Amino acid sequence: MLRLDAVTKTYRVGAFGGRTLTAVDGVSLDLVPGEVVSLIGESGSGKTTVGRMILGLTPVSGGSITLDGAPVRPGKDYYRQVQGVFQDPFSCYNPIFKVDRVLQMIREEYFPGTAGAQWEEKVAESLEAVRLAPALVLGKYPHQLSGGQLQRLLIARALLLGPRFLVADEITSMLDASTRIDVLNLLADLKSRGLGVLFVTHDLSLGNYVSERAVVLHRGRVVESGPTGLVFGNPLHPYTARLLDSVPRLTARWDGVPQEPVPDTPEPSVLVEAEPGHFVRRVPAPELRSVS
Amino acid sequence: MNREALHFAVRNGKLLVGLAVLLPLLALALLGPALAEGDPNAYVGTPAQAPSGEYWFGTTMFGQDVFAQFVYGLRVTFLVGLLGGGLAALIGMAVGFTAGYRGGLVDEVLNMLTNIVLVLPALAVLLVVNAYLGVRSVSVQALFIGLTSWPWAARAIRAQTFSLRSRDFVDLARLSGVRTWKIITREIAPNMSSYLFMTFILLFGGSVLIAASLDFIGLGPTQGVSLGLMLNNAARWSALHLGMWWWFIPPGAGITVIVGALYVMNVGLDEVFNPRLREL
Repeated sequence: MLRLDAVTKTYRVGAFGGRTLTAVDGVSLDLVPGEVVSLIGESGSGKTTVGRMILGLTPVSGGSITLDGAPVRPGKDYYRQVQGVFQDPFSCYNPIFKVDRVLQMIREEYFPGTAGAQWEEKVAESLEAVRLAPALVLGKYPHQLSGGQLQRLLIARALLLGPRFLVADEITSMLDASTRIDVLNLLADLKSRGLGVLFVTHDLSLGNYVSERAVVLHRGRVVESGPTGLVFGNPLHPYTARLLDSVPRLTARWDGVPQEPVPDTPEPSVLVEAEPGHFVRRVPAPELRSVS
Repeated sequence: MNREALHFAVRNGKLLVGLAVLLPLLALALLGPALAEGDPNAYVGTPAQAPSGEYWFGTTMFGQDVFAQFVYGLRVTFLVGLLGGGLAALIGMAVGFTAGYRGGLVDEVLNMLTNIVLVLPALAVLLVVNAYLGVRSVSVQALFIGLTSWPWAARAIRAQTFSLRSRDFVDLARLSGVRTWKIITREIAPNMSSYLFMTFILLFGGSVLIAASLDFIGLGPTQGVSLGLMLNNAARWSALHLGMWWWFIPPGAGITVIVGALYVMNVGLDEVFNPRLREL
């Protein structure tokens, strides 16, 4: 199990680093194999930072991240179990090399002894898992492939390692609608094969479609978390409710969202369990919608 | 990748033109002693003679063979450029890559060092050092030039590394367990290989020019001859006013053509290294 316990990230800002900026404030969440958890929040809410901290790309300022109870130490052993896919497939490839290189790196670092034929078989297998035809993508340059192909190739790259957890940071935001569904279904596939996925997104409908549990992040803090059905079916925090109101509907004319600011949570505030498994950050009483 | 780069390299006009100009000059420099025997400073012929079959580039005011001086000067010029420019490029890359990739305190310290060396009046330092240590050989001259001319290269490479480091492919390499050194040499550096080559070319040209300045004020290598020394001798003895064009045109053209050819090659190499610039 991958567990985040009160993880915090602060940056020093201003002249001579005199002030601190808290990007992520005490985020706790669990990720277990075979489950998709969506981490939902607007831009600047700290969701990408959470993903990067899990992947060891950004150092943690406070709290702890543990894998099966042991503190995380980024390195080859860790990356064999926890892998990531990023938002922009075009910038994930070194533009001057062919796309095969991302797979080749894995071979050099993790499977140096594997024979050529055996390796090709392994690559073909993981390309098949993401429904890519090897002849179509291998030996090409990044600018010769589409965003969807590049993104799926990156997922195939992660699969080569057989990881237990995948951090998927906005992986569909650069894709068009049809390939987006493809990639989402692919995630569902991987989930059924036992992969634990942290699906970082700003898009509620995607989170709703793919995940078992949802965690809503606002200004670096978890404001609501729980089973997706409960969080989306019965949003208790005003921020979550506003997010849900702002999802455009196909049939209704969109009249804009109420723009009044979400009230700042008073200090100290805690997550309270409003119904089994459904946690919400306590807000001033009149704002909290009643549990219906 | 390498075979493919070669495929495009042998079809790149700019690269071939640059090489076509540079390689004969390099060959001339290497074969110099075979073509022009004896001391290039020896007084061998009639003074101030225009180019002829006997003396291809004519003779100086004192009867020295300009062609012999040119050939030997070319050797020294290539050597100073290669050693001085090469050393400066190496230091610049080491400092620039480290500062740009590591960032933070390492960057602060290296940046401070770079700025200190940058604001040192290099020529004045070279004067003092040369005068005290009595530098009289080409390689030591090149060493001092290399040690003082790297800062701007370090700054340029640092800035470039900084922008490449934040690209997702660097993060992906980290997620693949690739070590820092390998990320710098195999992911970041290849992306700026033409940039690095350009840096080397400018440092090469800069070293040649600094060496010429030092030669002019009598602090260059005392034995031998260089293109800079030839130019300055020509200027000192008013070759221009006396109409002795054969005395200053060969060394001047030599320096210009070498640096120019390297520049044209650089543009060509950019197309070879960057698939986006290729015609597909």
